[in-house]
Amino acid sequence: MLASLVGFLGDFDKAEDAAQEAFAIAAERWPASGLPPNPGAWLVTTARNRAIDRIRRERTLAGKIHLLPAPEAVMDEFDDSAIDDSAIKDERLELIFTCCHPALPLDGQVALTLRALGGLETAEIARAFLVSEETMKRRLTRAKTKIKATGIPFAVPGAHLLPDRVDAVLAVIYLIFNEGYSGRVDLAAEAISLGRVLAMLMPDQPEAHGLLALMMIHHARRRARFSGQDGEDLVLLEDQDRSLWDMPQIAAGRAVLDRAIALGGRGAYVIQAAIASLQTAEAVDWPQVAELYRRLADLTGSAVVELNRAAALAQAGDPAAALRAVDRLDLDGYLYFHSTRGELLRRLGRDAEARTAYGRALELATTTPERRFLTRRLDQL
Amino acid sequence: MQYALMIYAEPGYAETLPQAEREAVLAEFAELLDDPRCVASAQLQPAETATCVRVAGGRTLMTDGPFADTKEVLGGLFLLEAANLDEVLEVAARVPATRFGGVVEVRPVVAR
Repeated sequence: MLASLVGFLGDFDKAEDAAQEAFAIAAERWPASGLPPNPGAWLVTTARNRAIDRIRRERTLAGKIHLLPAPEAVMDEFDDSAIDDSAIKDERLELIFTCCHPALPLDGQVALTLRALGGLETAEIARAFLVSEETMKRRLTRAKTKIKATGIPFAVPGAHLLPDRVDAVLAVIYLIFNEGYSGRVDLAAEAISLGRVLAMLMPDQPEAHGLLALMMIHHARRRARFSGQDGEDLVLLEDQDRSLWDMPQIAAGRAVLDRAIALGGRGAYVIQAAIASLQTAEAVDWPQVAELYRRLADLTGSAVVELNRAAALAQAGDPAAALRAVDRLDLDGYLYFHSTRGELLRRLGRDAEARTAYGRALELATTTPERRFLTRRLDQL
Repeated sequence: MQYALMIYAEPGYAETLPQAEREAVLAEFAELLDDPRCVASAQLQPAETATCVRVAGGRTLMTDGPFADTKEVLGGLFLLEAANLDEVLEVAARVPATRFGGVVEVRPVVAR
């Protein structure tokens, strides 16, 4: 509803005001008159009409609003039966590209996407990101002000800009997902529903499907990732209780992945989703996982991906080769570099060195589950 | 809407380019100037010609050199009339300096 209003009015604040007004009218009328045949379309039409009324009152603004000259139905005097959802253009895609415009600061993109597309309240977003409501309000206002002041368009970018801009949208959704993945489950679910909307609106973009598949498969394992009374213990993939996995969601994620691959998807999200899918198989094909990490490393040039490839090599039965690969990496400030080295050294029977590596990882740990996990490992040596 | 495109580049970057490349850069600039959306433009003399002026306590203080001491200096600017930011960003990415470590700062101009 908001997307359609922002598209129509070209202004976030006006769209929000109009939507609120329409809901207020509905709350007043519907209990007496009953629901209109199509409540969604009724709300949008009412909100548009209210907005037009308001704009007419504020004549000076008239020049700034596109589409205004077209006189719409007189306030609320339209025929309910004539409205259906298909008459209201789905402009969520335009809204996504506006909210995730790279000219906006990243934290603003994230906040605005959750507010405008996810429909979250400012206070909810503030809680999710552990900032005060006041701070989040300012962040949203800054983003909306920049959209207006700089003329960020409410449009799907042209073909030559599209690949980069789709990447930007995917990055925002994945960032929201990862915020949720580190414990705040609501955001992960929110990211998945945003991913679903994007894949639906851009059915030919393999990476949109790749990201959705990746998030679904990861999310399906969420209940198995932590154990203990308050989820204070981190559980590694190989030790996870598979009965806690959401198998229907994994299957659904795999179906989305198949679609991405059928579209010719070979990008970073598709590869990561393929890895996630392999890792949830009955027997994990670790050489294949290592191969996919190699492709991902080629694409991203990321040392962290190389580290994952090394871990997969170890799982495939070659810890010595894995350790050689790890020791080539320059990741001294990264916890998982040291914990992976520790694990490899332990498997190779080099306990003293393993202890040193785990000790270094423990120094870098920031969360309770991480600390408890590493302490357990040290105790086992 | 009007936008200012301010081009920051390392001084003299064009002179160090091979002949063919330098000619290509000039041709690209000429093309930008010919764009009907280009309202005004200015190429600035080197930063060594800059003088900074301040007034303190009724006295005018002048110092030599550009305001900020960075490797990239303001070398020129365009004023562009465009429908929205994306249109301007597309033009900005065609400014040759951006390929050689330079930066274009895009700012909307206050409407009068």
